[in-house]
Amino acid sequence: MTTLIYTILTLCIIGVVAAVVLYFIAQKFKVEEDPRIDETEKMLPGANCGGCGFPGCRGLATALVESDDISALYCSVGGEECMGKIAQYLGKAAPKKEPQVATVRCGGSCEKRPKTNSYNGSSSCAIASALYAGETGCAYGCLGYGDCVEACAFDAIHINPETGLAEVDADKCTACGACVKACPKGIIELRKRWPKNRAIYVSCVSKDKGAVTMKACKAGCIGCRKCEKVCEFGAITVENNVAFIDSTKCRLCRKCVGECPTGAIRMIGLQPLVKKEEVKEEK
Amino acid sequence: MAKTFPIGGVHPSDNKQWSKSSAIETMELPDVVNIPLSQHIGTPATAIVKKGDKVVVGQKIAEATGFMSANIHAPISGTVTAVDLQPNGQGIRQMMITIKREDDVWDEAIDRSETLVTECNLEPKAIVEKIKDAGIVGMGGATFPTHVKLSIPEGKRAEILIINGVECEPYLTSDYRTMLERGEQLIVGTRILMRAIGVTNAVIGVEANKPDAVKHLQAIVGAATDIKVQMLKTQYPQGGEKQLIAAVTGRQVPAPPALPIDVGAVVCNASTAVAVYEAVQKNKPLIERVVTVTGAAVPSPKNLLTRFGTPVEALIAKCGGLAEGDVKVINGGPMMGRALSNIAMPVMKGCSGITIMVGSATVRGVESACIKCAKCVEACPMGLEPYLLSKQARKRAWDAMEANDITSCIECGCCQFTCPANIPLLDYVRLGKQTVMGIIRARNMKK
Repeated sequence: MTTLIYTILTLCIIGVVAAVVLYFIAQKFKVEEDPRIDETEKMLPGANCGGCGFPGCRGLATALVESDDISALYCSVGGEECMGKIAQYLGKAAPKKEPQVATVRCGGSCEKRPKTNSYNGSSSCAIASALYAGETGCAYGCLGYGDCVEACAFDAIHINPETGLAEVDADKCTACGACVKACPKGIIELRKRWPKNRAIYVSCVSKDKGAVTMKACKAGCIGCRKCEKVCEFGAITVENNVAFIDSTKCRLCRKCVGECPTGAIRMIGLQPLVKKEEVKEEK
Repeated sequence: MAKTFPIGGVHPSDNKQWSKSSAIETMELPDVVNIPLSQHIGTPATAIVKKGDKVVVGQKIAEATGFMSANIHAPISGTVTAVDLQPNGQGIRQMMITIKREDDVWDEAIDRSETLVTECNLEPKAIVEKIKDAGIVGMGGATFPTHVKLSIPEGKRAEILIINGVECEPYLTSDYRTMLERGEQLIVGTRILMRAIGVTNAVIGVEANKPDAVKHLQAIVGAATDIKVQMLKTQYPQGGEKQLIAAVTGRQVPAPPALPIDVGAVVCNASTAVAVYEAVQKNKPLIERVVTVTGAAVPSPKNLLTRFGTPVEALIAKCGGLAEGDVKVINGGPMMGRALSNIAMPVMKGCSGITIMVGSATVRGVESACIKCAKCVEACPMGLEPYLLSKQARKRAWDAMEANDITSCIECGCCQFTCPANIPLLDYVRLGKQTVMGIIRARNMKK
């Protein structure tokens, strides 16, 4: 019994002594930190996705507190609301950025883009693309092994088993850009987010000549420039045999969609434009 | 006891029986050839012909871009029909010169006689210049420009020339047949290379599974003491440059960026030595090579002397065609080779063989969890820890991979071969190596 008491007492004394020593050491070596950093970090979404370019939310919070001009710092996950709150708290001008969404620019689904060989290596886009062009005749298209799915911290991108292509869930996407970096083919782009997730984009990045693209994929951009000519806003440019729609200039007029001979220009959340002649005929 | 390298290595079945007894045959001239501008390590060559130009065999059609590059010569005579992007063996489009054949007219400067010219009194610099002009690159598969290897940097000295006749890659027999049938040229080529780098002794390393090649070369060398034919243990990767140096001289090449010359060794492939002979003594540029077409299901495996640019499918057709069902066509052997997604790929300078796998051999085993058996560590000839490196690559821990000497990896594939869990170790290690090399290059650029 006495052994037990002595043991408990000894341990208690050690505990108390250690606590006192540690208290004074903690006081002596205390790191002075701006309390606003903690507060700002709490206001950030806490996703730690790295989309802002800092290692985690605390990194961005520190930068927000320490720099005078915060116009270049932005958390795309929190968006305008979150940044406004932080700017108000810190008494600085709120950074503004158009909301964005990740877009997979490949429309070469299994039926449009037939397989020419089969891959038996590691299920990773990075490895497959370092080895060869891919299972189809197109060297630019989506490989479908899901490096982007692995990179996404928000469960917003998935491989559709029917098409074999990556698809973004626009409601979940925070435009952190992790998938953009993960894609070895450079297919994914951050584009302007329209209300109701509407979008018009060229779902092809193939730089091959039209004839080559057409042979490999029925949904590829052949660089025919029809869309470039019809666009009234100068939003479409054709370079290296592939069209690109600048989402900041596009007004969603839908004229280009009807012009595209291969259907490479995709439209989401919009009704196809009815041509004027057809309207007359109906009357 | 035959010499070997000190650590690691595996013993895959060599499967050379199918093609080793078939003598070198000359492949028919193709009607159209596609000549890639990048057939070597380094900067791609620059085309100096354009559409509509007439070319003769051996005419220079593309010039080396800078020092780390190689010239390319027309393998057939005819008209250039295009200089454009064409898919390579991996389906990626590369610049290629397309030539349509008309007859077989050779450049007049080339000596096409069979007589053996042993005498060579050229200055070392002139020899290197001739080799550079001929566009010779390492023909064992790595395609390192030979003239770069022979230009010894200042302050360094070559002490020994090693001719790599090991051919440790299973299935392939092109070097073996070259040693047997063109041994005399090989020995002369070796002496020319010795003269070029200023050494007095050379060793020809040959694996123990080719005793007749050892005997044959020994007979040609005879009583001469400058060249020694060394039999080496049959063990993969005996023909790896660093492994071969270790086996022959006992010296270890330090980790990159150190090169074999840092331990005083220069290593050249056996077929390269023959190409050097032809370039220096016969003025014949590198326009053809021996390609082994082999595999368990190939009706008649052959060693074919093929002009560059000949499509691989033509070679396969010559050997009896592809079997029905799943087929894997590999450029090179099963250990280091790469599967082709486009068999219209033209034969290039580094293409030593075409291996064809059928049925269950075409697919990999099902991957299971690592049981930490350390077989990969035991097998790695560079003393690395492949299981660890592959894990770090999956986690994208590039700095940790650099700390673990990823740049030393020679991508021999011993780890993946030996893994009982079928883990694609090499895939991830190679991904990590490429990424880390990129990071190091970017860092050096900044400095």
